[in-house]
Amino acid sequence: MADAGMDLGNAKKMTIICTKGSLDWAYPPFILGTTAAAMDVEVTMFFTFYGLTLLEKDLKLQVTSLGNPAMSMPMMGGHMAMPNMVGMIPGVTSGATMMMKNLIKKKGVASIEELREAAVLSDVRMIACQMTLDLFEKDKADMIDGIEIGGAATWMESALESDINLYM
Amino acid sequence: MADATLDAKGLNCPLPILKAKKALKDLENGQVLEIVATDPGAVKDFEAFCRATGNKLLGSGEEDGIFSFQIERVV
Repeated sequence: MADAGMDLGNAKKMTIICTKGSLDWAYPPFILGTTAAAMDVEVTMFFTFYGLTLLEKDLKLQVTSLGNPAMSMPMMGGHMAMPNMVGMIPGVTSGATMMMKNLIKKKGVASIEELREAAVLSDVRMIACQMTLDLFEKDKADMIDGIEIGGAATWMESALESDINLYM
Repeated sequence: MADATLDAKGLNCPLPILKAKKALKDLENGQVLEIVATDPGAVKDFEAFCRATGNKLLGSGEEDGIFSFQIERVV
């Protein structure tokens, strides 16, 4: 049927490797993962290294201006640059995080908790990296329910049969 | 006349799509969901969403910064 779109059906699959655990970097994998699931793509997300923190029940994600020269925040009609150096001053990271969270709320952008919940509800397969759990002495009990534990080969098996594989 | 409506005003990407997907699930084949949104990005996104999922975008419009979409559920 010509009207039935591209006929993606259930055949299309995608994996995302999530390696970063800061507030800003938490967005791309969850936005694309949930959107793909909404478009009938079977999604597998593999959480490794700092990305593993995105699976913790209690998220304490932060954003820093350190090493992030592109960061500029809208302020009073203009933009405030966040000089790299000030990121070293105690309190700046939590201040920048608060500023970012306020913006997120004001602009109707989803919270990471909200997107993660959407991922769970749309059956996105989420795999926590066993090696990272061991390495950083993390406990599966501190992670959200419904996740799997696996390793590189577990991701690889999914990746081999997927149409899209992303590393973030 | 729509069978259900979704108010996605004030929501940003990808929330209008995620909420629309959820609302469409509650409809039966051939029923129509009316969505109102303020995110200008939703215009292209709903077109792409419908092309990829096979749901039918019956129409869309804009008035005073409010975008509206009528999507027919195709199972």
